[in-house]
Parts: sequence; structure tokens; C-alpha cells
Amino acid sequence: MLVAEKNALTEEIEQLVEKYGKDRSALLEILHEIQKKHRSIPDFAQQEVARLLEIHPVEVYSVISFYTFLNTEPKGRNLVRICQTISCDMKNKQAVVNAVERELGVKIGETTRDRKFTVEYTNCMGLCDQGPAMAVNERVYMKLTPEKAVEILNEVK
Amino acid sequence: MVENLRETRQGEVLFTDYTRGESVKKALSMERQDVLFEIKDSKLKGRGGAGFPTSTKWMLTAAAKSEEKYVVCNADEGEPGTFKDRVLLWEYPDLVFDGMIIAGYVIGAKEGILYLRGEYEYMLPSLEAYLEELRKDNLLGENICGKEGFNYDIRIHLGHGAYVCGEETALIESLEGHRGEARNRPPFPVTTGFNKKPTVVNNVETLAAVTRIVEKGGEWYKTHGTDKSTGSKLLSVSGDCEKPGVYELPWGTTISELLEKVGAKNTKAVQVGGASGVCLNKAQFDRTLGYEDVGTGGSVIIFDESRDMLKVLKNFMEFFVEESCGQCIPCRVGNTKLLEGVEMIEKGEFTFGYINKLKDLGKSMQVSSKCGLGQSSPNSFLTILENFKDEILNYANGGRNGK
Ligand SMILES: Cc1cc2nc3c(=O)[nH]c(=O)nc-3n(C[C@H](O)[C@H](O)[C@H](O)COP(=O)(O)O)c2cc1C
Ligand code: SF4
Ligand code: FES
Repeated sequence: MLVAEKNALTEEIEQLVEKYGKDRSALLEILHEIQKKHRSIPDFAQQEVARLLEIHPVEVYSVISFYTFLNTEPKGRNLVRICQTISCDMKNKQAVVNAVERELGVKIGETTRDRKFTVEYTNCMGLCDQGPAMAVNERVYMKLTPEKAVEILNEVK
Repeated sequence: MVENLRETRQGEVLFTDYTRGESVKKALSMERQDVLFEIKDSKLKGRGGAGFPTSTKWMLTAAAKSEEKYVVCNADEGEPGTFKDRVLLWEYPDLVFDGMIIAGYVIGAKEGILYLRGEYEYMLPSLEAYLEELRKDNLLGENICGKEGFNYDIRIHLGHGAYVCGEETALIESLEGHRGEARNRPPFPVTTGFNKKPTVVNNVETLAAVTRIVEKGGEWYKTHGTDKSTGSKLLSVSGDCEKPGVYELPWGTTISELLEKVGAKNTKAVQVGGASGVCLNKAQFDRTLGYEDVGTGGSVIIFDESRDMLKVLKNFMEFFVEESCGQCIPCRVGNTKLLEGVEMIEKGEFTFGYINKLKDLGKSMQVSSKCGLGQSSPNSFLTILENFKDEILNYANGGRNGK
């Protein structure tokens, strides 16, 4: 990481600490914001969060590793999550998965070469009456067909 | 985006007309004790799955001596097949937040926290906007609705994708900025909750019901449902039926009545309570929904004759293997062993002796796991193997009769 990038990140984290406070209970909110902006929480950010909250960096890493929505390895700019749980499975989520994999040229768990998309499975998203369901970042999409799913992804910038 | 069907929903308790703030104002005109009495009288039990009497929980928290107390609304809704809390938050935020305010008044809290699962982040802007309106109407803030000394606000905390965080002590750990690992209970959150302060944790639907109970009275509430299971229940219905969705039905409804209502045909199996619930076969469709028979947090998944029950079970066990927090051995190792067992049956490479051992393992998990996740994760394994024995055992003989 360049020094300028590091400085910018430090500044950003300082602002987050200002906003959410130095209390331990602010940790997840701070990590969430970093994750949302950078799509991952790099080592340097972990160290800075730890320094500013006065906890050990291992504590920060341990929390990140627990939650599915937080990660240390960079992912694509857009995260596509397809529900794999039973009700969506019965509505033929496999056809949607096949189409998405074919169209983007990656398998579940992988990131496209241009880093535009990472595709993952997720567990029940609370849209079981509307399956098959998929999320692109924070947005959710329902009653998908293979065609519709691909169309949605084509519209993502 | 998700639709809003409030205008077309039908129900007797929750899916009805309500004007925001009515119950809060009524509660504030009453003594705390009297509000508690109404809730006690209603016999309301927790809708998050465990079915603990709400008034007892509130009484313990109200009685706990502390300057700081908290109300937590559990909107982590992660049980496979459950989406009723999504509907309440999206279409009936008035019922839910009014319930949280009433809870704050009764136990003497200054802050309420809505723990919203990360998957529902798309609701965040509208919920935040709604809270702003409540502040403008002085339903949140200082001296609420003129009640001297009642200062209370609500904030929203987002989850980050961990099913176990729905368990109340794991949820509190998560609120405090830790890994969502369940705590030993006792001590219970009613005395030692968020930041070690007395905390009431309630499901979204429980709080919505409180709002209606305060409005209409405990006596009225009891006219719905059965003796032991008063009121109504929101059921999240998905799977093989014509009309999936959320239904409000009185407790005491039978499985067959429900199937009829949602347009389910050729039904072979009904999973009640999600992946951690039980799987019923045709012979059991006359059983009733309620704490006295088939209790549930509200997930109902329907399978017709074309479904392969071993595949269903495999999907559930994969879920638990992924979602176990790994803290205790019965759950961490047990679920992996049960999943392996399912895969062995799938391949036809198992002995009956070994499957019986796995059933015993499942029973030990029910008693030895640290939290409800591990305690309930073997339920599907045990009930599917028991209730669909013929179908599953045919795997062993190379046939797939049930399919
Ligand atoms: C693994 C697990 C997940 C749970 N998930 C939820 C949930 O998503 N929502 C909920 O209200 N309760 C959930 N519970 C139950 C809570 O621990 C707690 O009993 C409940 O929030 C209490 O509220 P109630 O009394 O209003 O039902 C879960 C329990 C376990 C063991
Ligand atoms: S039962 Fe499972 S989820 Fe609960 S504490 Fe043990 S390992 Fe964690
Ligand atoms: S099973 Fe896919 S959203 Fe619930």
C-alpha cells in the first residue's frame, strides 16, 4: 500500500472512530463502513482500527473472521449472493446459478477477471416466498429466472 | 423491491388497522404495573421460537435494580423459511416500534436497539426515516408525549450475516462488538444483558403483539387462539403451494387447514419451525400449531410428492455445518457427523448400526450443546429419518421409491 493510501485510510478510520466512538461496541459499525466502502478490510485498516480503539489487532481479525459479511481478502466491486437454502433450492435456484456462472465465466466463490463481480452462495435471506432470491450488494432481487438474473447483472455498473 | 401488501392483508390481531402512537399514549396514561398486568393477563408468549412468557421477562427486568436498562428487538430472522419479521418491519413498523417504546416505559429503559439482520440492510433507509418521524411526533425523545421523565430513543444495529446471532446472548455479544458466540445462561439477559445491564430481548412479532394487547386489552387477546396458546401467529409459508406468503392465523389451526388455505396439493411433508424444527408426514397433518402441540417460530415449508426428503435433509445439515459458531464440540463436530451420515445414505454406503449411532449422537447434541442452535439442529435429522423411514431406507437398497 502506498504511503498516501495509508494516510487516507488512517484519516478515514479516525473519522469513523469520531462518529461511532472509541467504545468496543463501536467496532462492528466501524468495520461495516470500511467493508462497505472498500469491499474488504485490509491488514493495515485492521491495525489502525485496533490502535484507535486500543485493542489488540488479533481481536479485530477474530471478529472479522466470524462474520460472513466481513472479509480481509479483496473481492469484486459488486458482491452477488444467491440463496442456496431449501425454499429457493426448490424453486430451481440451480438454473439461476448455472446461468450466472456461464455468463460471467466464473464459478460460485470466484471473482471475475475484471474484478467487477464476486459470486457467492448465501443462506436464507428471508425471501423464501419469492424465490429464487439473489442480492447484489445491498439490493435484493426476487422470483428470478436465469434470464432475469443475467439481465440484472448486465445493468450493474 | 419488496412489495407492501398492508392494504390487502387479513388477520385478527396484527394484520388490522392501527394508528401509530395510540397504544404508547394509552400505556403512558397507565401505571407501569397495570401495563404489565394486561400483558400477563393476555398470556402472551415469545414469538421468536422459545415461547417464554413475555410478562415474566419484563417483570424480571423491571424489578432489576440498575440505572441503565435496554430493550432489544431481535430482527435477526435467519431461520430458513422465515420471513414474517421482514413483513412486520416493512409494512407494520408502527406496531413494532410502538411495542419497543412500551417495553422501554415498562422496564425503565432509556434506549432501545433494533438488531436488524445484515440481509435486511435494504430496509435501513425507510426504518431510519420512520424513527425520524417518531422523534418529530415526540414518540421518541425527551418527556415522551408529555410524560415527565420518560426519555427514550431507538437505534438500529446491523448484523453481519451470522444465523447464531439470533440467539439472544450471541446477539448481545455481537452488539458489544465481539464474535457472536453464545454465552452460558444463567445469568440471563434480564439481569445481565447488553453491557452487563438488565436487558429485555424480544422478537419483532412479540413486540407487535404487545402494541395490540395494550390497545385492546389482555382479555380481548385471549379470545383468539387456544387456552395455552393465546392470540395469533404469523406463519411464513413457502415451498410447494399456490399461495406462499405470510399468513396470520389463530393458534390451534391444524396443518391440514393451513395446507388447504395456501393451496398445497399432493403434499408429502411439512417442515414446521425451519431447519431447526420438525418434519411431519401425512399421518401427522391433523396436528395443531400451538405451544401444546407443534410449537413454532412460524416457518412452514411444504414439500409435495415429487420431493426427495434426503436432499431436503442434506440442505438443512449443510446449513447447520456452516452456521455452527464452533464454540462447543457437540454442535461443531456433531453436525458434521450428521451431514456425513446423510452423504453416506445418499451413496448407499452405510450400515443401519451406524445410522442408529448417529441418532443417538443427535439426541446427545440436544442435551449437551451450549446453545439452542446445537440443541435443535438434530431435530430435522431425527424426524426426517423417523417419519420418512421407508423413503430414506430405500436408498440403501438402491431404489428411490419415495422420489
Ligand atoms: C440459533 C438461534 C437463532 C435464533 N434466532 C432468532 C431470531 O432470528 N429472532 C428471534 O426473535 N429469536 C431468535 N432466537 C431466539 C432468541 O434466543 C430469543 O429466545 C428470542 O429473541 C426471545 O424473544 P421472544 O421471547 O419475544 O421470543 C434464536 C435462537 C437460537 C438458538
Ligand atoms: S451449540 Fe453450536 S452455535 Fe451454539 S455455542 Fe455450541 S457450537 Fe456455537
Ligand atoms: S430459502 Fe432462499 S430466501 Fe429463504
